[in-house]
Amino acid sequence: MAVSEEPTYTSTSSESMGGSEILRVEDLHTSFFLPIGELQAVRGVSFSLKRGRSLGIVGESGSGKSVLARSIMCLNLGSNVKTSGSVFFDGRDLLALPRREMRRLWGTEIAMIFQDPMTSLNPMVKIGRQVTEHLRQHKNVNRRAARQIALDLLNEVRISEAESRIDRLPHELSGGMRQRVSIASALACEPSLLFADEPTTALDVTVQHQILNLLSREQRQRNMTMVMVTHDLGVIAGRTDDTLVMYAGKVVEQASTDEIFEKTQHPYTEALMRSIPRTTHASHTPLAAITGRPPVATHLPAGCAFSLRCPYVQPKCHEEDPPLVSIGTSGHKSACWYPVGSDANREAFERNLSDRLPQTLAVAESLDADQGPGIPAGLPDGGIA
Amino acid sequence: MSSPSSVTAVGGSATEEEPSASSVGRVSRVLRAFAKMPWLTKLCCLWLMVVILAAALADLIPGLADPNYQGFVFGNGNTNEGPTASHWLGTDNVSRDILARLIYGARVSLIFAFSLAAVGIIVGGTLGSIAGYFRGLLETFLMALVDTWLSFPALIGLVFITTMLGMRNLVVLVLVGAMFIWPSYTRIARATALSVSGQAFVTAARAIGTSRKRILVREIFPNVLPALLAYSLVGLPVLIILESTLSFLGLGVEIPTASWGGMINQARQDLLINIWPAVWPAVTLFMTVYSFNNLADWVRKQAAARSAAI
Repeated sequence: MAVSEEPTYTSTSSESMGGSEILRVEDLHTSFFLPIGELQAVRGVSFSLKRGRSLGIVGESGSGKSVLARSIMCLNLGSNVKTSGSVFFDGRDLLALPRREMRRLWGTEIAMIFQDPMTSLNPMVKIGRQVTEHLRQHKNVNRRAARQIALDLLNEVRISEAESRIDRLPHELSGGMRQRVSIASALACEPSLLFADEPTTALDVTVQHQILNLLSREQRQRNMTMVMVTHDLGVIAGRTDDTLVMYAGKVVEQASTDEIFEKTQHPYTEALMRSIPRTTHASHTPLAAITGRPPVATHLPAGCAFSLRCPYVQPKCHEEDPPLVSIGTSGHKSACWYPVGSDANREAFERNLSDRLPQTLAVAESLDADQGPGIPAGLPDGGIA
Repeated sequence: MSSPSSVTAVGGSATEEEPSASSVGRVSRVLRAFAKMPWLTKLCCLWLMVVILAAALADLIPGLADPNYQGFVFGNGNTNEGPTASHWLGTDNVSRDILARLIYGARVSLIFAFSLAAVGIIVGGTLGSIAGYFRGLLETFLMALVDTWLSFPALIGLVFITTMLGMRNLVVLVLVGAMFIWPSYTRIARATALSVSGQAFVTAARAIGTSRKRILVREIFPNVLPALLAYSLVGLPVLIILESTLSFLGLGVEIPTASWGGMINQARQDLLINIWPAVWPAVTLFMTVYSFNNLADWVRKQAAARSAAI
């Protein structure tokens, strides 16, 4: 019965878009209803993703990037969560899909890697079984075959001495090892879409690099579509095809990753880049932090959400929320009244500097310390070193 | 036997090798843990082993007297006898062998305590895990029931029901006790399940398409179990004392079935003539309860040290 239903799902929308679109998100909103009010975690996000490509979603803590990933996967469980909009995966709307159908997609078509490998593995279950848990559920693989598959997967994610580690419990492995295990577990059913929710945030920098390389390699080899959620621009630099910068639940800038680094448009993206430590800096150079805090999502400011921290802020920013508009023809989009690099932006900066606006002064100070051009053009691969 | 080599464990017959290899590993781990205990805990462990083994194998101990044999009725035994070769701990006021009665009494205490703990873990663990994971109306209802049930005086209920039933053998006592043991376990299981449900690995299990029922069985319950085991280890001595108290009051297992509390009650009548029939069960009870508590304390410290290490 399930098989006969299959053709009805392949709607015309994906074919009309060239057949290669795997994921399309349209005007996605997610809100948590808390005692203190409605927390709008995601506020109207739209994007589409082609098969085999990789997308990086960047933003600081609380920008809604993880909630966005979970909303797309329909993993925001809880009675106080409301998601609206639509998410088309292979032509079918995931948000309208019954739970039973969704469960068939989870693991087999869409998989997710979680942030903290310390908590994303069941502490009571041997890693061999964790890796093949869903294989045995979804594909009726028997115990012995599952063990062989687990071994192959552990070898594939470069776990040394997989034969002896397969019978270990998670706490007997290091953090990097555990993240490899959760990657193996996500790859087991060969999903076509993989979400990686801050896959390296909980790991050492050297291990981060290895894990990211592993993910990129698997993504290329399997022709998998990947969405990488991170707060670190250095993580996605040179690794993902496209980048989405989120702030306070909205997309503020969207472009190919190269373009984002070369032709930064949004002040927030620029600020994020400025806060990446550089090897060219003298040691103990203070990081150029973004002044202020992210807005509380229950009480968002009127106008642009970044206006309270933006060094280029103008009266208009407090009144009207800038829409996400295309710039040029390459699909670069940005939501700012005074985009970085424009004359209006330079004027705004000068005006704020003479008004002695704190965030503007902070930026000016770090620019002086840099003694160079404001924004470095592009970053070397893995600029986190 | 020989140490299990990792090579055979991953060989072709992996599934056959696995259980034996892990059980050998477990035994050696237990022995290593025993070696690391402080001497008092070691003594407690040994004592508990003696009590448990004696209770389990009472029927097989050669030369152990019949706990209900009253020698003086047949003219070949004395009441209130001191230790002799045939009665190592002497006899009570109706000339029964005290050692035999201690051993058979241990059986009653341990069966009572362990079965109730098992009922608590299984019933309370299941209900609590369901409530803590599925939440909703079911949880509200179940927890209201638990609160109501806990406010009911268990001892009075126990006395009332056994009196109404008119029989007080061990099975009845355990069944009635089970009615009052599950709520506290349910509460602990629910609290643990609540915190386990919030962990990333439960979300991860959902994200690979695991059904909620399977998550409950494979993710939630195994992680709730350690908390329940720890609680039951602390609860065992309490249950042993409860059983002895009931027996002492004449509300435990029916006489002449041997039980520690019953023995003390029996000896109470002739306490001024011969104190020993009361002293032996009292000391045994004390040592057993103390040993359980000491061991529970040690296990708790180990668990704390381990979780700190992780």
